[in-house]
Amino acid sequence: MADKEKVTKKLISKRVVLHFPKRMVDEPILFRLIKDYDLEFNILKASITPEAEGLMVVELKGEQKNYDQGVQYLIDSGVRIQSLSQDVTRNEDRCTSCGACVTVCPARAFEYEPGTMIVRFNGSKCVACGLCIKACPPRAMELHF
Amino acid sequence: MSKTIAEINEKIRQGQAVVVTAAEVIEIARKDGISKAAQKVDVVTTGTFGPMCSSGAYFNIGHTKPRMKLGGGKAYLNDVPAYAAFAAVDLFIGANALPDDDPRNRNHPGDFNYGGGHVIEELVAGHDVRLTATAYGTDCYPRKKLDTWINIKDLNEAVLFNMRNAYQNYNVAVNLSDKTIYTYMGVLKPHLGSAGYSCAGQLSPLMKDPYYKTIGIGTRIFLGGGIGYVAWPGTQYNPGVPRSENGTPRGGAATLCVIGDLKQMSPRYLVGTSMLGYGCSLAVGIGVPIPILNEEILRYTAITDAEIFAQVIDYSGPYPNREPDVVGEVSYAELRSGKIQLRGKTVPTASLSSYPRALEIATTLKEWVLAGKFLLTEPVASLPGAESAITFKPLNERPVKEY
Repeated sequence: MADKEKVTKKLISKRVVLHFPKRMVDEPILFRLIKDYDLEFNILKASITPEAEGLMVVELKGEQKNYDQGVQYLIDSGVRIQSLSQDVTRNEDRCTSCGACVTVCPARAFEYEPGTMIVRFNGSKCVACGLCIKACPPRAMELHF
Repeated sequence: MSKTIAEINEKIRQGQAVVVTAAEVIEIARKDGISKAAQKVDVVTTGTFGPMCSSGAYFNIGHTKPRMKLGGGKAYLNDVPAYAAFAAVDLFIGANALPDDDPRNRNHPGDFNYGGGHVIEELVAGHDVRLTATAYGTDCYPRKKLDTWINIKDLNEAVLFNMRNAYQNYNVAVNLSDKTIYTYMGVLKPHLGSAGYSCAGQLSPLMKDPYYKTIGIGTRIFLGGGIGYVAWPGTQYNPGVPRSENGTPRGGAATLCVIGDLKQMSPRYLVGTSMLGYGCSLAVGIGVPIPILNEEILRYTAITDAEIFAQVIDYSGPYPNREPDVVGEVSYAELRSGKIQLRGKTVPTASLSSYPRALEIATTLKEWVLAGKFLLTEPVASLPGAESAITFKPLNERPVKEY
């Protein structure tokens, strides 16, 4: 029953990078997102040190209206938001289309194109875990924050 | 039906030669049959592109003022040590060389961001490279220190010289242990979680001439984007391994030692690589033209990925300890499908060599031959076959008694 309700509410899910300024690292931002905006979140990566800028890669899931309001709350609080697909990019000049990345990626964002064996990178599947960065022999994958 | 290399070269000069890639010849043979295809096709171009660790380059940097003898001293290119053990100003740099202060695997797995392969790529790309050297000084070569930028265009000679390239087949690497391992075959996930391979299969030069009937010492080749030559059999040469009925070896067999003018080459086909937890290397592009002298040669060039097999080896314990390590055998068609079946498990595959770039090399070489810019060569001497009884021996260690 609960599952059906979720479907009818049309949940959306987006992966974003949150940059917390130094002054906000101690504030319960994610707690507010759950409590006030009913957003589910899944932490994909976090790097938070007291007294320094924090960074978190999260998947936010919820109703469109709540998502928009939640994001507005984050912006108003001083959090800088970037969409995730822009954060791991491939330097096409360095990529040789070998495929060393294909089995390393937990999100299956890399795929061999059947026949040509060209390695495609699907940024929308990427969770910015960064495992491909150092596993790439010519170091074609770049992480930008 | 038979043709000679001289006849094929005459056709190339007249712009009448039929030149196809190792991928295209498969289709032609399928459609027309071996006999008709052998009459029609004159040259089949092959290609391979992947990390080839036993690669390096040598240079003559020109004499300093006052003169300096680097031989017996120490030399670094962008902090990467070069081998200074020749005369005054000759240096050799190997693809796997690392800066003295690189942390290696102290924090495992090490990054290996920059090494000899990267220096070679930068030189080829025309970048300035910093040369620092120290020497002991002699009456005729008094100078002891050097710190200067060098550029490939100013070097007297810059020569790529790789003692083992273009392996005729290679292992497929897997990991049966319960933790991730970092190898020269890539990052291997535990419990058969992934498989790494590195061979161009049906495009690979020595797979398409499995008994070395046309490729020999002196064969002119595509090397790193320029023109090179087969200098000698490569190291670890092992032609006597078991073979399929079509002639292709079922494990690593022949290798090529190749040489060519680095100044003509391109960073697209000489790429410095970093193998996580393993080291630095150089991805090298090689293409070899195969003259279709008769039906037998055509039949070899038409061999497909489905007919070429590789051994699957466990790199977690057995391979490092030189113990029985074979987990299975798979075809390159299976490997290229993205997954193989091993011990009842579906294992995703990843390639370390690039099939698209190998095809690009075969296509470029085809264009060179068609344009009359690249003529075929008769080998000066043959590469040894199984009859040579050459084998790849392990090191037989003999304990040294210390008194």
